Amino acid sequence: MSYGAWIMLTGSLVGVSCGIIGCFLILRKMAMLADAISHTVLLGIVLAYLVSHSLEGIYMLVGAGIIGLLTAFLVQVLHSSGVQSDAAIGVVFTSLFAFGVILLSAFASKVHLDVNHALMGEITFIPWNTLTIGGMDLGPSAVWMLGSVLVINLILIFTFYKEIKISSFDPAMASAIGIPVMFIHYLLMSMVSITTVASFDSVGAILVVAMLIVPGATAYLLTDKLLVMLIISAGVGVVAAIGGYYAALAWNISISGSMASIAGMMFAITFILSPRHGLLSKVIARKGIIADQS
Amino acid sequence: MLNELLLTLQDANTQWVLLGTILLGVASGVLGSFALLRKQSLIGDAMAHAALPGICIAFLLYGTKSIGWFLVGAAISGLLATYFIQAIINHSRIKEDTAIGLVLSVFFGFGIVLLTKIAQSENGNQSGLDDFIFGQAASLVGNDVRVISGIAIVLLVITWLLFKELKLFTFDRQFAKGIGLPTGFLNALLMTLIVSAVVIGLQAVGVILMAAMLITPAISARYWTDRLDRMVIVAGTIGALSGILGTILSSMANRLPTGPVIVIAATVIFLISLVFAPNRGLLSKGLKLYRVRKSVAKETVFQTMYDLSEEVSLSTTNFAFTIAQLEERRKMPRRKLESILHQLQKEGYVFQQVSGKWRLTELGAYKAHEITMNNRLFEIYTMYEMKFAHLQSKTNDEWHYKDLPAKAVEDLTRLMDVHERALKLNPVHFARGEKYHVKAPSQSTKKRKKEVNSS
Repeated sequence: MSYGAWIMLTGSLVGVSCGIIGCFLILRKMAMLADAISHTVLLGIVLAYLVSHSLEGIYMLVGAGIIGLLTAFLVQVLHSSGVQSDAAIGVVFTSLFAFGVILLSAFASKVHLDVNHALMGEITFIPWNTLTIGGMDLGPSAVWMLGSVLVINLILIFTFYKEIKISSFDPAMASAIGIPVMFIHYLLMSMVSITTVASFDSVGAILVVAMLIVPGATAYLLTDKLLVMLIISAGVGVVAAIGGYYAALAWNISISGSMASIAGMMFAITFILSPRHGLLSKVIARKGIIADQS
Repeated sequence: MLNELLLTLQDANTQWVLLGTILLGVASGVLGSFALLRKQSLIGDAMAHAALPGICIAFLLYGTKSIGWFLVGAAISGLLATYFIQAIINHSRIKEDTAIGLVLSVFFGFGIVLLTKIAQSENGNQSGLDDFIFGQAASLVGNDVRVISGIAIVLLVITWLLFKELKLFTFDRQFAKGIGLPTGFLNALLMTLIVSAVVIGLQAVGVILMAAMLITPAISARYWTDRLDRMVIVAGTIGALSGILGTILSSMANRLPTGPVIVIAATVIFLISLVFAPNRGLLSKGLKLYRVRKSVAKETVFQTMYDLSEEVSLSTTNFAFTIAQLEERRKMPRRKLESILHQLQKEGYVFQQVSGKWRLTELGAYKAHEITMNNRLFEIYTMYEMKFAHLQSKTNDEWHYKDLPAKAVEDLTRLMDVHERALKLNPVHFARGEKYHVKAPSQSTKKRKKEVNSS
């Protein structure tokens, strides 16, 4: 496969994994928790390195997974002790992030982790970092990692589809009919963490947030069915990834940045033109009502 | 250690940085308080991220690093971002948190695009633009600090002059509108003030941590006071303190970046507030809960002794009970029961007979009678809550019949009779363990019920 194709495949995998998870976050009004987790995984990665002295993907996944859950847990604890939820998120993620940056600078000489890289990601290097088993080149390791995370996510969502769906739309009913709402909450948070860290390397911490939120929000304006929303969201993720790559190629700009920008543009278009929830259709509907009345 | 500290403080550069971080801390603490109370804490985060494209465009247009132009660019894109957030919330089904995350990430992504564009340009002056993402307080020069301080002071003066208006607007937007305050203008003003604070903070602590400067001191201050004027002062002080601690610590230890250390300092102050603040802190809340539980447990024992006495009162006046009897009546762990009984013994309310049975002292009997009376009257009150609405829904904790108007007590007592919940033991005789006199209802219960309902 060509260099560009690998990058597009990586980007699309990020788009699909993040897009699907993002739908649930939006429905559960936890979008900002995704923002928080995608910042705090930095701490998870640094800690994983300090413990394992290795930059292997699997350690990073475990470290980030733990810190991601810790973030969700701390936010929950603060919130239940009376801190309003947005402030709880703000306090937790900024302090964990600050702690991560401090550790990173303190051990910067030993860790080959560049803060710049960590935040912005460098998808252009993905094709060079390949996975070789028994002397056979199996393609970029990022593709393998993202692919596995996507498969894990899909299996989990498929297994717990009904539970996740009910607890997303109606948490009170979910707990009434005996669905372990807390378990589902932390299950989703784990998925967010591992998806974030797997995407982290290619698009960077902050732009993961774009991939988590924007495709889901776009899909939310286009459909009322969860399954359709998941498919549209994944589709938007893929289009943003491929479109972003070509735009970056054309103007010689940051690939991850242009992916986020393309996703943002797709949202803007949907926001205005969506057949049922768009701005334009609402304006037309309002005019129609006024015309009927007069 | 101390020498080192003094040496650090004598350094002219550190003094500049210190001044900058202190003023930044004060300004962000003060403005963060308003953001917090309007439940818009994360708007600061969004603005900090959204400032990036504005800064980049300002740089592309102006061609060199200039904090003044950066301020203009960042303010415009920050305000544009909040406008978009509002528009998305108002005109679609998307909720606030999603709208914030969406605008934040897309603006930041676009900022990164512009940043890479700048990096390719032939302009040699772009170095240092990265500092705006991560912050580099140590690289602040005298001129930057002058601009930061000047703006911080302007922000504080505006907040001080318009304090009353902003306060009204924060707590009750409708009311503020009603009395003719320009709420649209105040909203835009507050957003501008916050975005300005964000912009001056970017160079010192960076995009992400600027959100912390707006949130953490404000939420810490919230623990110490319920009044906005005091909260603003406390938040400003905490912000300044974090600035001082962070700057000194990071300049003493090599390689520690100032911004994150300031944020960690603020977080530590937050944790201290969370645990130790009077009234709202976890420790004081826990203590209060412990005291309430203890006094409730004591009351339960009193009430249990009384109830048991009432039960056996037809056959005996020896109101002494074994611990098993008490335990049987109110499910309470035996150890807890024993510790309460010993506590009450020390206070002179109960004593243990040679047989091992517990009995109320004279003092204890009066107390038990009073507590039972109080509880039963409360019971009646909850049954006839509408009738006694003028007592203004007292909760169980603060209910005490002796504080009530005599008329209400009289009515309640009458109803207590009707429901056959009247106390059967005369307090004086009960206390002395004498034969007592049970008051027989003077009229038939049915008749009295009628009478009560018609009155």
